[in-house]
Amino acid sequence: MNPEPQDVIVKTVCRLLAPFIQLFGLYVIMHGHSSPGGGFQGGVILASSYILLAVADGIDVVNRRLSLKMLTGYMSTGVLLYAGIGVVCVLLGANYLDYGILPVTEPRSVGMLVIEIGVGITVMAAVLSIFRDLLTFE
Amino acid sequence: MKLLHLIATSVTGLLLLLGSLDMPDTGDPESPAAIHVSPRYIEDGFEETAVPNMVTAVLADYRSFDTLGEVTVIFTGALAVLLILRRTREEENA
Repeated sequence: MNPEPQDVIVKTVCRLLAPFIQLFGLYVIMHGHSSPGGGFQGGVILASSYILLAVADGIDVVNRRLSLKMLTGYMSTGVLLYAGIGVVCVLLGANYLDYGILPVTEPRSVGMLVIEIGVGITVMAAVLSIFRDLLTFE
Repeated sequence: MKLLHLIATSVTGLLLLLGSLDMPDTGDPESPAAIHVSPRYIEDGFEETAVPNMVTAVLADYRSFDTLGEVTVIFTGALAVLLILRRTREEENA
């Protein structure tokens, strides 16, 4: 895709905004326990920051930062993290995804945090991958 | 054949409508879901999970299998788009 080059003001504002949007996305993922939020919402916010960069600077800039192989890897890593926590619980002697057995303080809270991170990674990579595939399809 | 489809759809729709008549009203405090599942989440959720956000506790702990399925659905959706739309280098050269 070779869109019209954006105005320098649009480019600068988008570049300035992207890190703050990403920080907010991470906050929404990590804070899903105690305030509205969670992996799905935070993952979409993270993906939206990259989509903003793609709109301003072109998809190549995003590809340089997050290659296609990495995106597919992230997508699988998130699901693996989620399912892996379940397997860890089984290995420790509890039911699948029964976080109470994890050897940390407040194990259920920690287990939820880990799966929220997994969800966030998968949603971010999946949304970005779909956006990129639709954009570059001829 | 079209008539058969119409009859099958109408009968199924009528049966579903009939079934919905027996469902509890929205927000009915006497409905089965409201008399034993919801109170447990509301009253014991914090002690059991140490997570102040009740929605997250239900979504990620009590209904964790459901959320695992949701993530897998998103993953599968992205994979399907990838398989249909993405061109490999060999295909581009062909």
